[in-house]
Amino acid sequence: MKKALVIMLTSAVMMAAVACGSNNTAAPAAEAPAEEAQAEATTQEVESEVMDETEDVEANIPEDPMTYEDYAAAEVDSEVIIQGAIQAKQSYYAQDDQGSANIYLQDENGGAYFLYNLPCTEKEYELMEIGKFMKVKGYKAEWSGEVEVIDAIWQFEDGEYIAEPEDVTALLGTDELINKQNKYVCFKGVTVEPAGEDTDAAYLYNWDGSGSEGDDLYFNVSVNGQTYSFTVESNLCGPDSDIYKAVKDFKVGDVIDLVGFLYWYEGPNPHITGILAQ
Amino acid sequence: MKTRKRFLAVLLIAVFAVLSLTGCHGSRGRAAFQVPEQLDESAKIELTFWAKNDTNKTQTTIYEKAISDFEALYPNIKVNMRLYTDYGKIYNDVITNIATNTTPNICITYPDHIATYMTGDNVVVPLDSLMGDERYGLAGSELKFDAPSKEEIVPQFLSECAIGGTTYALPYMRSTEACYVNKTFVEKLGYELPDVLTWDFVWEVSEAATKKDADGNFAVNGQKVMIPFIDKSTDNMMIQMLKQRDAGYSTDSGEVELFNDTTKEILMTVAEHAKTGAFSTFKISSYPANFLDAGQCIFAIDSTAGATWMGSHAPLSDISKDKFVEFETAVRMFPQYDPENPRMISQGPSICIFNKEDPQIVLASWLFTQYLISNDVQIAYSQTEGYVPVTTKAQNAAEYQDYLSRSGEDNNLYYDVKISAAKLLIDNVQYTFVTPVFNGSTSLRDAAGQLIENVTKSVRRKATVDDAYLENLFSEVTALYRLDQTSMRNQGTEGGDKDMGPLPTASKALLITLGVTWVLIGAYYIRERMKASQNN
Repeated sequence: MKKALVIMLTSAVMMAAVACGSNNTAAPAAEAPAEEAQAEATTQEVESEVMDETEDVEANIPEDPMTYEDYAAAEVDSEVIIQGAIQAKQSYYAQDDQGSANIYLQDENGGAYFLYNLPCTEKEYELMEIGKFMKVKGYKAEWSGEVEVIDAIWQFEDGEYIAEPEDVTALLGTDELINKQNKYVCFKGVTVEPAGEDTDAAYLYNWDGSGSEGDDLYFNVSVNGQTYSFTVESNLCGPDSDIYKAVKDFKVGDVIDLVGFLYWYEGPNPHITGILAQ
Repeated sequence: MKTRKRFLAVLLIAVFAVLSLTGCHGSRGRAAFQVPEQLDESAKIELTFWAKNDTNKTQTTIYEKAISDFEALYPNIKVNMRLYTDYGKIYNDVITNIATNTTPNICITYPDHIATYMTGDNVVVPLDSLMGDERYGLAGSELKFDAPSKEEIVPQFLSECAIGGTTYALPYMRSTEACYVNKTFVEKLGYELPDVLTWDFVWEVSEAATKKDADGNFAVNGQKVMIPFIDKSTDNMMIQMLKQRDAGYSTDSGEVELFNDTTKEILMTVAEHAKTGAFSTFKISSYPANFLDAGQCIFAIDSTAGATWMGSHAPLSDISKDKFVEFETAVRMFPQYDPENPRMISQGPSICIFNKEDPQIVLASWLFTQYLISNDVQIAYSQTEGYVPVTTKAQNAAEYQDYLSRSGEDNNLYYDVKISAAKLLIDNVQYTFVTPVFNGSTSLRDAAGQLIENVTKSVRRKATVDDAYLENLFSEVTALYRLDQTSMRNQGTEGGDKDMGPLPTASKALLITLGVTWVLIGAYYIRERMKASQNN
């Protein structure tokens, strides 16, 4: 009797445990692991699989890429196939098992592209190293003046290219500047100005100072008497980056050389990524 | 020896009972919050408040002042604010922090999001008992500030914060969607702007505005760019259109009804006007305000909370001053199918409180939450945009009435477009509605917008939008947002009268085993008692 009782109790407990275990496999979104733990796990996974993944990328875009001139001439909403090397990537946007990232791409002939919401897994994102070539097939789009490729598929290609920044200081305020859109550029000898009409601060969190640490940094610089708004995009260079820290040390009147990407939002809106060594 | 046997049996039963009762509730459960007798004002309490602003410095300042004023009233409580400009980012961060018990104490949020937060045990504090507490509840006797009573919260706004009959948030601000109209261009095209826009009118005028002159410029504005109708939020667009047509979206319990014939009709109409360039969306083109202010859009649909960005003299703008054109801006209700029976969405931020081990911390969180709906905060914050205070106490206050009456005195605090937007909601609150809240309602909302986005993009890319296209789109969007799972999950958890099918075999075995076990325990107990009485 006692043995039977113990066996029955043990069975019941085991079944209860099994039943509860099966619930956990379908954990709701709210039970997602904390960001740091998730990042740690992913990093380990990537390290162990990087080589395999690089070798195994399947070609799914058989067409040859178009030239940058053909891309520039293509109508908005038309299908485009481009190729270039990764120059910068914004932070990964996780969404279930496949997220996305925004990428700056550039080729050896001066063609520069912005890939918006490029679908990729976190593992693929880690493999997107600066200089690595990609072929991309998607649709040309324009959003507030920024010309970009959206709804794209992509694959890695052989080769490596890291662009040198092109000095576009003289083009600031001219109609020609837009021809350099999305390029890795530099601005030399610019002077830091107050970040807003009602402030003496050299930078603001968000465009109007409404943000806080971790948000985009906005600052103004002048060249030849004209003032321009520059941004440190937190998705591209976060609070731990050298440029984010450096901008917080800016003083009005500092004369500096800056590098970044010529993003466009209702006009030039350079995303600054660094300071050129003097 | 008998003692040891009895001890063994009791121990087994106890272990079994504890495991049975607690095993299925996970390890992250937290005890339900009980209102403490009294606030301990000798204890230092630090609160984290995740707030959302519309990239608006004035709003940040108002939050900071609210915190400072509150801390002056309750010196033992310190509030640390973290600012966001995106509800989605708050949502993602809360989800991430639930697992590690590092949620904030107070959070600006949407009820849709709370439904997902509640998938954990006692994560979000139910507010009904707190609201009704005589000492610390709404307008309670021990409060150190003049808080509104429950009756002074606009009932419709409060009801939007209830999930399954329990209140999980307080409304913070309310807004709706408005159509900001370039009235000058409407009249230039030969039309008279009605008080209530109909869909037929909006589509007709938008098509008329696509005409170009011999130089390839749009005739109405003489520019190379004109998108007559731009909608900022296509999820709200689809939701409101379906509501106006009395068509399905979802049941209250979360069964998905979005994919129906009326949705197809709406999408075919959208495709027709996207194809001619008469219609576009924020995601495809950009902010409606940027186009409206530059004279490149006639009907710009956006939240009333975006009113300060709208119009020729908008105090906030992302476009340069030289791009502005002069025109008369009119504020109208979201377009309607039946102007006699208008329907418009109610939206806006709410405030929820996350449960913590220490009830004193939760009570302090509740006090700060209440402070956010006191008149000082409500009136100041509502004036930053076309928001409406959530309490009649604030709405009826002389200060607020004075503000409304001074529309157009300047282009900042009294900006006429902003005040018109606020009045639009105040005057039409009886026509507002909200969508059902359930675990998965955020995904369904996203899916509703995705349908319009995809159709618009497809026709711009010269794809054919027909019945086959829409059927395929429905399947893709269902899979993308896992709506088949949402429907099944909610069928399973809501509505007790639904047939959930036979029990799985493992469950049957477990129940049978439990029954047999208890019978054996009973038999064993009786036998031992009988043996004992025989021995005696």
